[in-house]
Amino acid sequence: MIGKPIATTREATGTPTGRLAVWWVIVSEIVIFGGILGSYIMHRIGHPEWAFEAAHTNTLAGSINTFVLLTSSLFAVLAHSAAEKGDGKKAAKLLYMTCLGGLIFLIVKSLEWSSEIAHGFTITKSTFWSFYYVAAGLHGLHVIAGMVLMLWIASLAKRNEELQRVELIGIYWHFVDLVWIFLFPLLYIAK
Amino acid sequence: MADHPPTNYVKIWAILLVLLMISILGPELEIKIITLITAFGIAVVKAYMVAKYFMHIDVERKYVHYLLITGITFMLIFYFGTAPDVMKHEGQRWENIAAKSEVKRVMDLEAKKTQKSETDVHGQSKPHH
Repeated sequence: MIGKPIATTREATGTPTGRLAVWWVIVSEIVIFGGILGSYIMHRIGHPEWAFEAAHTNTLAGSINTFVLLTSSLFAVLAHSAAEKGDGKKAAKLLYMTCLGGLIFLIVKSLEWSSEIAHGFTITKSTFWSFYYVAAGLHGLHVIAGMVLMLWIASLAKRNEELQRVELIGIYWHFVDLVWIFLFPLLYIAK
Repeated sequence: MADHPPTNYVKIWAILLVLLMISILGPELEIKIITLITAFGIAVVKAYMVAKYFMHIDVERKYVHYLLITGITFMLIFYFGTAPDVMKHEGQRWENIAAKSEVKRVMDLEAKKTQKSETDVHGQSKPHH
């Protein structure tokens, strides 16, 4: 049996290394997403005519996706709860449910975007749509990355291995949910 | 793992859903201040709830709090450092001609569209029902 990496067993700052690393990632992502959304806000304020383009975003799809991500976050934190109690099998099941939420999110988004693109609202149609696809697309890429990591962590958790990682992927997933919580009103509501 | 008080996660999720409903219905009233409070105010509340109850930010050590505050501070510096030049299209000694003309071009286009739909072929106003 291979021993754990030293970092896993140490707590240099009083926080377990893995969890600290996830928070570092979150901070970096705050600047990234804060940057793109802040950039969108300042441009949107200067371009009131974007309202005519923004009117064509699909608020129903956005609302459904908000509900889907919030529910998937619930499953993620329930998985953490199960992992804390040492129940790796249950944690894995709940992580799979979280992943399913991510998949539904991506399916709704792809239907939504297909429709928009078919109607001519492409990434080059207007700077509004440029922001829309880049911001939501970057977020979508983070959802995909989270799902891949989550599936891997779930496969370990199923064997009761590295259960502490369930919390870590949960924190990342909650952050992805948080970004969407701000993205949704900006792109879909405050038109 | 961080020690946190036992939470009813399903209850928190239910509250988040109610807030989501309000944040969607509020803007339907099309009153700007209500849209701001419901859509964005509630977004902030939801973010706080996810951070506190799902991410357990409140039981993390101060180091993590300082880390997050640093990230947010930089985000704000980047925003407020550049926003005045982007949001506004003229200043004390400068003018953003490209942005101004783009705004004007689209506004004129939309005005023409509205005018067209309100008058018929002979330039007479269409009867309003």
